Amino acid sequence: MDIDININVKVWRQKGPKDKGFFETHALKNISQGNSFLEMMDILNNQLINEGKEPVVFDHDCREGICGICSLYIDGYPHGPDEDITTCQLHMRKFKEGDTITVEPWRSAGFPVIKDLMVDRTAFDKIMQAGGYVSVNTGGAPDANSIPIPRYNSEAAMDAAACIGCGACVAACKNGSAMLFVSAKVTQLALLPQGRTEAMKRAKSMVARMDQLGFGNCTNTGACEVECPKNISITNIARLNYEFLNAKIRD
Amino acid sequence: MNKIDPKIPAGPLAEKWSNYKSSQKLVNPANKRRLDIIVVGTGLAGASAAASLGELGFKVKNFCIQDSPRRAHSIAAQGGINAAKNYQNDGDSVYRLFYDTIKGGDYRAREANVYRLAEVSNEIIDQCVAQGVPFAREYGGLLDNRSFGGAQVSRTFYARGQTGQQLLLGAYSALSRAVEKKQVSLHTRYEMVDLVLIDGRARGIIARNLITGKLERFSAHAVVIATGGYGNTFFLSTMAMTSNGSAAWQCYKKGAMFGNPGMAQIHPTCIPVHGETQSKLTLMSESLRNDGRIWVPKKKEDAAAIREGKLKPTDIKEEDRDYYLERRYPAFGNLVPRDVASRAAKERCDAGYGVGTTGLAVYLDFEEAINRLGKDVVEERYGNLFQMYEKIINHNPYETPMMIFPAIHYTMGGIWVDYNLMSTIPGLFAIGEANFSDHGANRLGASALMQGLADGYFVLPYTIQNYLADQINVPRFSTDSPEFAQAEKGIDDRIQKLMNIKGKHPVDYFHKKLGNIMWDNVGMGREAAGLKKAVVEIDALKKEFWANVRIPGVANTTNQELEKALRLADYLEIGQLMARDALDREESCGGHFRLEHQTEEGEALRHDDEFAYVSCWEYMGEDKEPVMYKEPLDYEFIVREQRNYKS
Repeated sequence: MDIDININVKVWRQKGPKDKGFFETHALKNISQGNSFLEMMDILNNQLINEGKEPVVFDHDCREGICGICSLYIDGYPHGPDEDITTCQLHMRKFKEGDTITVEPWRSAGFPVIKDLMVDRTAFDKIMQAGGYVSVNTGGAPDANSIPIPRYNSEAAMDAAACIGCGACVAACKNGSAMLFVSAKVTQLALLPQGRTEAMKRAKSMVARMDQLGFGNCTNTGACEVECPKNISITNIARLNYEFLNAKIRD
Repeated sequence: MNKIDPKIPAGPLAEKWSNYKSSQKLVNPANKRRLDIIVVGTGLAGASAAASLGELGFKVKNFCIQDSPRRAHSIAAQGGINAAKNYQNDGDSVYRLFYDTIKGGDYRAREANVYRLAEVSNEIIDQCVAQGVPFAREYGGLLDNRSFGGAQVSRTFYARGQTGQQLLLGAYSALSRAVEKKQVSLHTRYEMVDLVLIDGRARGIIARNLITGKLERFSAHAVVIATGGYGNTFFLSTMAMTSNGSAAWQCYKKGAMFGNPGMAQIHPTCIPVHGETQSKLTLMSESLRNDGRIWVPKKKEDAAAIREGKLKPTDIKEEDRDYYLERRYPAFGNLVPRDVASRAAKERCDAGYGVGTTGLAVYLDFEEAINRLGKDVVEERYGNLFQMYEKIINHNPYETPMMIFPAIHYTMGGIWVDYNLMSTIPGLFAIGEANFSDHGANRLGASALMQGLADGYFVLPYTIQNYLADQINVPRFSTDSPEFAQAEKGIDDRIQKLMNIKGKHPVDYFHKKLGNIMWDNVGMGREAAGLKKAVVEIDALKKEFWANVRIPGVANTTNQELEKALRLADYLEIGQLMARDALDREESCGGHFRLEHQTEEGEALRHDDEFAYVSCWEYMGEDKEPVMYKEPLDYEFIVREQRNYKS
């Protein structure tokens, strides 16, 4: 049964990318456990505004776990202490009376802080631009049923395609690697006949762009998979390496 | 004067679009390079349009409010996308999809537009598969379909419960490719705050950089609005937090007519409200109604006991359950259109049969489906939705029925456009949910994705050329012109005015008040007195907002409260126009239900003789009453009937 709890929120404040950040602690009273974590942040912000202070800046949009914009590092976990969810799906029933909750932004070289808890993830867009697509123009596509695709393949492609591009994998990785993100797109498209043609080239160009943007390498710690809100598997990284090596051999 | 000309091509319904395409004006490749197009929004409509126009060779500038185009709220659409492929051999056709859509919209949409939508639906599926969208498939490797509300065939293509996500990622991929090829320049974390007109034509926008707070100017030969709907006027809705109506509203204030503003869709299957601090409502896909059965207790005392926590839904015996949709609508059962399902839920709750702690919920039960299909199959079909539900409500829907209640989900109204998707301002186009065109008074499930992609991939890339063909000798525009300076000054003044109020209450305080006015008076059941009251109350709230809002910090940096305030200033005006429009339409149709106009059985009662028109509202100035023009909907090809989902 959900009850009302009193908590402390220890939240990261940082004015801009070049400014030095610091923690600030605020007490919140009578927070319903039925509230989502971001609703608790709304309550905190309205309290700050009423006190004449500046509210905490954080990214949030769909609030139903699919847009991938929310990005908080809560008590040491990307998306907080619950499994298979994004921050916006985290509920206050995961916390208890008297808890002090620590809230930080994603911390990674690839994602510089913009302000407070908001980070810059445009690097993910740039990696996508390097090859995260099938090179088809609009129009002239053959009938959708002209190429049967084994159900196993389309389901496995869908598993990989479920990635929401939130960046929790990068935030969780001690190397700041974006391999899980890249591998999910490479795998999705490599498993489908439509994307197969460019699979090797795609792996090579997306990895090159990832390296260029300052993301680290993969050392198979598996932290990304554990923290991924959409259960993207690290076996995708094996697929990425396979496509990448095949491409390199042909160079 | 003929102010409203839908420019529908002559000829038989099935030939209009092909005739249009064969005779329209085109722009040759060398000239395309000299023409700039601004596309605001990166949802299904915006991303598909930006990518397609870029591929054609136009210079496209694409804007989105989020950090990445992939976050647009189309991503959250769960259930599916309709197409008339007839892969299931169950009697589907372009005509039938057209007919179901226009009937579903309660005969308040344009025949020619809807037919074109049905016609291009098949190409959309082909295009998406070619992009690598992993639609659900049968074991034989061919595409699977499911059925959806308002249809008796299975024509809905889906990718688990994440169809919108997969379609958007397809369009985002295409957009990413166009960006890499420098066909599109992408501006993320920018919000359009005004439209710029030069000599009466749309020639640019003012956008606020949401990081620096700076106002920036962008010019183009044409402007395309793809910014979605304005459902967040209600504060609580299934929209994303930043989804807003402001871009469309700036266009309205610059002279574009607004079509059917009062037409809003209330989705029947959302997770009920838990309390005052709730920030948004989560949708549970309509596809759940394929296998879930909706019920409330037959006895009032059982319902009361459930509300007090003395009984559980699983304690209620089969014979004491009222499967009210199956009872009232035998032919469609749980698959009636959204407006019908929503009103039926409200009717039961108002009558005292509601469940949950608030009494504002009904059950959606999967027990029968689990017994019939097995838990595995149910999990495969709806697993992600069940998980989502459990995380929010903390109940396991495999063991106890889900609780659902209607919530604002979609706005059928929007910028008025002609057959070319052009507004009443030359050079200003509106696509996807941002326009009013294809859904009439009610949108059927799985039709929004279809319309967004139809407009962006297959309609606008043709029709915009018809306009741009006359613009090939117009050189690129400088943003130093007085028109840009004046627009920028206007918005800068507005921002300063808001910042200087330094009142008592945060933006949300006012937004929640507006939401309550809207839900109580402009929601599922509307009547003249309530609508008139809403207009007056919103006026008062608007004054209070402009006198007493508190926006902390400064304007020239990231300031999320200022963003919210700018949007709310517009919602206050949008809400009022919605109420005015609903007041004018003295009939019930689709999602617009006037309590004064219902059949004896409580169904929507249309008055085709008086109200078979699109209401087109023209802005007359601050605090002046807008003027309404009518676009008659003279049906040439189908006969209007009373919608019947009973037999």
